[in-house]
Amino acid sequence: MPHSSDRNDTIHSEAFLASLMRRQLRLSIACAAAFLVALLGLPLANYFAPSLMATRVAGFTLTWLILGVLFFPYVWLISGVFIKRSLKLEADEAGEAGR
Amino acid sequence: MNTLPLAFLGGVDPWVFTFSLVTVAFTIWMGFRSARTSKTTSDFFVAGRSVSVGWNASAISGEYLSAASFMGIAGMVMAVGYDALWYPVCYACGYLFLLLFIAGPLRRFGAYTIPDFAEGRYDSPIFRKIAVCFVLFIGFFYTMPQMKGAGTTLAYIFPGLPYWVGVAVVGAVITLNVVLGGMKGITLVQAMQYWMKLFAITVPVFVLMAVFGGYGSNLGTNDGRVLTAPTAAATEQMVARQPLVGKAPPDAKWVSPFGALTTKAATAAGLTPEQSKPYSLLYTYSLIIALVCGTAGLPHILVRFYTNPDGVAAKRTTMWVMILIGVFYVFPPILGVLGRNFLPELYAATGAKGTDKIVLELPRILNQHFGVWGSVLSGVACAGAFAAFMSTFSGLLVSMTGAIAHDVYGRMLRPDATPEQRMRMFKFAAIGVGGVAVLLGSQVEQLQINFMVGQAFAIAAASYFPLLFMSVWWRGMTMKGAASGMLIGGLAALSCMTIINLSDLKMIDLKTFWVGHPLLRILCEQPAIWSVPFAIMLMIVISKITSKDIPKDIRMKMLVLHAPEALGLKNEYIQEHQAGAGH
Repeated sequence: MPHSSDRNDTIHSEAFLASLMRRQLRLSIACAAAFLVALLGLPLANYFAPSLMATRVAGFTLTWLILGVLFFPYVWLISGVFIKRSLKLEADEAGEAGR
Repeated sequence: MNTLPLAFLGGVDPWVFTFSLVTVAFTIWMGFRSARTSKTTSDFFVAGRSVSVGWNASAISGEYLSAASFMGIAGMVMAVGYDALWYPVCYACGYLFLLLFIAGPLRRFGAYTIPDFAEGRYDSPIFRKIAVCFVLFIGFFYTMPQMKGAGTTLAYIFPGLPYWVGVAVVGAVITLNVVLGGMKGITLVQAMQYWMKLFAITVPVFVLMAVFGGYGSNLGTNDGRVLTAPTAAATEQMVARQPLVGKAPPDAKWVSPFGALTTKAATAAGLTPEQSKPYSLLYTYSLIIALVCGTAGLPHILVRFYTNPDGVAAKRTTMWVMILIGVFYVFPPILGVLGRNFLPELYAATGAKGTDKIVLELPRILNQHFGVWGSVLSGVACAGAFAAFMSTFSGLLVSMTGAIAHDVYGRMLRPDATPEQRMRMFKFAAIGVGGVAVLLGSQVEQLQINFMVGQAFAIAAASYFPLLFMSVWWRGMTMKGAASGMLIGGLAALSCMTIINLSDLKMIDLKTFWVGHPLLRILCEQPAIWSVPFAIMLMIVISKITSKDIPKDIRMKMLVLHAPEALGLKNEYIQEHQAGAGH
């Protein structure tokens, strides 16, 4: 079965594995960067711009509103994007290997 | 009081008592009912892998939302203010981190537990034994706050009952439930418990906000004015508010970042607010790292990824989990804020009578307007608290017992044990683990629930997280590198936690030392900022030194971890592996 052995060669080649890991890692890091910027940036904003972050918005301080309420929808957005992209990536990879 | 045996029933609110009793009875009934349907050993360990997306997402969320989420966050927000908000946010972000880097590959690899993964990735049964230790270390640190939640709730329902009795009663009930039900039942129970917890936190919050003012306006009254008497709502466009008592932090410190939680060590050392700010920033970052990385290493969370039929379902489940836990986490801080304004007398109490019980007690203030309805809502909140610590404690008990019965007994001591013997061992181990958890839990009344959960996360962050992250993404790892990084990093964090707890519980006296060294206190209380990089660095250095030990079939292993499940590499790998290993 020449077709099947071609398929095996593709899957087991170093190049396939390297591209697989690179593409997955790139997607994960891009999504992680999006939430880490917010998560690690907020303490810095609190540190260097305390009066701006203490501005009252409908009773909340700005920083309380961001951390206590707005952060959660932001996390949903990132995980939604990640899941959609990673399912597509898997479909692409499976398609390439099967070719 | 009197000497009647039922003296502890004095002061019991019948509504609160009834609702709690119904919850406990329901949970136990579910355990018994499912005991009849789960018979085989594999049912006990992974719930037969036959759970739908909706059930599984609810069950994961139900297990994840522990006493820390239900009671601890509100208690801590009330006690220290803004800084406590990092906990709910990082609990949610930690789950995202797990999804991004670890969940997919681990699922494809098909290891049921972290020890399974450690053994499979490095072909090393010895490594499995080392990895099993941390299931128990992290597990016990995580059960302590659940037990504190149990003791606090029972001490609230029965005001005359000593804290430790509550811990012992709840510990015994849950242990019995696990011994009889296993995990098959627990998937259903956990799923229902998520909805119970969400109901039990949202309904009191909405009613309280309708009567006493919204989230924003309640925060808005914390603007620094000094109250000597309750403010009257009628005289201004603000919510009514009680004057602060006890150890309550002043408004400005409470509502702003870098408050009481993160400046404790620096304040004790006599530093000025300006001088203590950098320490506070360090504390905040270290806490964030511990919580975000630690989620990935919690032994009872990962195992649930295997209860999905395939990878696509696992990803959809995770999306739902993110939404379910995110929705929940908006609410507990609201109760903390309302608690500061309306029940400040809790600031004057400690232990089981302190701010950790605000979620339970706050709804009762509605009694002044609506008769018994405040008590009814308080009963609902107690039911949610029971759901919280019962579900998490059962999940942990199953993981820890599984580690002992499946790994220590089934693989190390008696590899030839029959399924019946393993099953019996599972039950004995559950009773042993439950007993130790009760003993530990009875000692920690004075520590905050949320703080203790943070400690379990910090240990996981320095041990399992580096192991999983590096093993999945770096093919140069060797068993020796992975084992030493996990062991030394994890034990370093574990020792820090033990020192902090013994010193905070006044079992050893380090007070003068901490006053002299505020930086050391912070690095010991929140070690993640150095322990996580330290563990990863050890892994890299030792793997480089022992690079000749990299598993021979590393490319195949990496392929199984990363190639889409549709390619069916897992089966190929198992066949090759069995042929190669010759058994």
